[in-house]
Amino acid sequence: MVVMVTTSTNPDASETVVTPGGTRIERSEEFIQLLTPDGERVDDETFAYAHDDATIAANLRHMVLGRRFDTEATALQRKGELGLWPPSLGQEAAQVGSGAALGRLDEVFPSYREHSVALMCGVDPLDMLQTFRGTSMIDWDSRRARFHLYSFVIGTQALHATGYAMGLQRDGLVGNDDPDDNGAVLVYFGDGATSQGDVSEALVFAASYQAPVVFFVQNNQWAISEPIEVQSRIPLYRRAAGFGIPGLRVDGNDVLAVQAVTEWALDRARRGEGPALIEAFTYRMGAHTTSDDPTKYRRREEEAAWRAKDPIERVTTYLLGRGAIDQAWLDSLAEESEALGVRIREGVGQLPEPRLEDFWALTYASLPPGLAQQRDEYLAYEASFDEEPA
Amino acid sequence: MTQTMTMAKALNAGLRRALEADPKVLLAGEDIGKLGGVFRITEHLQRDFGPERVVDSPLAESGIVGTSLGLALRGYRPVVEIQFDGFVYPAFDQIVSQVSRMRFRSMGRLSVPMVIRIPYGGGIGAIEHHSESPEAYFAHTPGLVVVSPSTPLDAYWMIQQAIASDDPVIFLEPKRRYHEKGEVDLAEPPLALDAARVVLQGTDATLLTYGPMVKTCVEAAIAAQAEGRSLEVVDLRSLSPLDDAAIRASVEKTGRAIVVHEAVRSGGLGAEIAARIQETSFYSLEAPVLRVAAYDMPYPPSRVEMAYLPDLDRILDAVDRSLSH
Repeated sequence: MVVMVTTSTNPDASETVVTPGGTRIERSEEFIQLLTPDGERVDDETFAYAHDDATIAANLRHMVLGRRFDTEATALQRKGELGLWPPSLGQEAAQVGSGAALGRLDEVFPSYREHSVALMCGVDPLDMLQTFRGTSMIDWDSRRARFHLYSFVIGTQALHATGYAMGLQRDGLVGNDDPDDNGAVLVYFGDGATSQGDVSEALVFAASYQAPVVFFVQNNQWAISEPIEVQSRIPLYRRAAGFGIPGLRVDGNDVLAVQAVTEWALDRARRGEGPALIEAFTYRMGAHTTSDDPTKYRRREEEAAWRAKDPIERVTTYLLGRGAIDQAWLDSLAEESEALGVRIREGVGQLPEPRLEDFWALTYASLPPGLAQQRDEYLAYEASFDEEPA
Repeated sequence: MTQTMTMAKALNAGLRRALEADPKVLLAGEDIGKLGGVFRITEHLQRDFGPERVVDSPLAESGIVGTSLGLALRGYRPVVEIQFDGFVYPAFDQIVSQVSRMRFRSMGRLSVPMVIRIPYGGGIGAIEHHSESPEAYFAHTPGLVVVSPSTPLDAYWMIQQAIASDDPVIFLEPKRRYHEKGEVDLAEPPLALDAARVVLQGTDATLLTYGPMVKTCVEAAIAAQAEGRSLEVVDLRSLSPLDDAAIRASVEKTGRAIVVHEAVRSGGLGAEIAARIQETSFYSLEAPVLRVAAYDMPYPPSRVEMAYLPDLDRILDAVDRSLSH
């Protein structure tokens, strides 16, 4: 079994960071990369990209639409249409590359920022906005989409994903001869979540039972205001070794590399070879949420440096250079993107206003008498305002 | 078809029957496999149903509950064993923020048919964290069903009913009663999971209790008979939801209510029950509703636990106070 893969196309990119407290921390930026920020293809000795330019173009489309959705939602929050929004700006390659690796029987357990993956799984963006507008709890059919509920208590979903993967094992959907009969689970969380006990416990359970689950860490460098150094003194992917599972770090802004590495990890999980951890090295270009103000804790120079590594631009450059797409293709995508924006802008105001009556029946499979009595008291109280004055 | 067995054996038999009846039922917990659990409640079940269905878990309570939630989403009906009451708190977030509200969060699309078995309560001379009564935390949480059997008969049937429930159930097992014997009718369940039972009929006052204190209350009622007092004992069985109709019927008959539990008094089930009684039955009451409970301190060393826990004399003392009105 490969326990750790350390191939790298930029081996010189490591440094030692000294924290304000004087602690020296290795900050390696080694990762697997197949497409440079300039749009140049590079080879990796272990991971080859197995798909053609049409697949890369499809990924570009998902990234552009995902970014549009996110940008619209951020703007809607600023206009007061949403209570909150967690932007995914800058993380489109990490999300689309991993989402593109999903197979027919695979399942996704997201945190709360995987908007691009959600769209790829067929979740309606307006359904997603309901949660952030406060018109509903989580209003998509997670079983149909194979995209489970957003999880707002950090890291909790890592355990749910691992348990679900244990279910796949018991259902005989792992390690079959026909690869189409196998499934795995892809669970997303961030660098901050790696400090959570639930994530550590999930890694223990997954390793112990060799469950078919891939832990996908989007290391976007910031957990609200806390830099990665507060969470870990070693690169996150190296934590996997302590759990006895493979750990890999990939350029999270390179959709080709992310797809190749995630396919590798999901394939071996489906074959019954156990879990793996992928650290997608990326950057949260926006705020943690619309309530956050990154100017209080990070420098513009850092943001500018990451802007130069934009995940969308490099793919556009590459595909145009190859002649795989042209300006007409891009114009058509821009039209599709604009149509999505219009649909979101017009649709958000049309989302039905909820009534408290709608929620009584959601607590238990059937309404207990005491709760039914509370509902009746509430309805009678509400109705009392409608009565004609005497 | 009736057999005499201990509560421990009744739970084992109930779990066995559930495993036989539904291939989606599986058990998970620490030491529940080869060892059969520290109280032997799952004895021989791994031998007979295999390690995929009777799973020895890593020592991580949040992990046990959280992975079981994932299994439930995949269509399984996990029955989790928390080794001791005091060890359930590491799983508190998974129970209270995840398991309990998955139906609500998913707008009714998902359910979590999970049972969390917790041996609870004191009286066994244990060291700290092994004698707790955490029921109020869970009864305070919408979405959870909280039940506690007091006899082998109820243990045998209630565990099967809990497993069949589509809601998550906190199943509190009074560990000091594990080895007491009783008659178990294996043919059909005597009551629904959410129903209270009048254990002893009486006319002068009602003792409302559950779990380990049912036996203590019955003994107190028998002792009171010698003094010519007729006490009714109601075994609540279900702590959430409460069987309001049964509580009300008994209290309005006797006019006096005393709630008895091992958990500390403040913010306990007794407070909720007393509040409901005065809301519904104020004009039937001859005396204030009283509570006999543990004192508001952490569970003390075992050499003094019998002074800390309610016992027959403290219950009768409360009866005297109630009847003095």
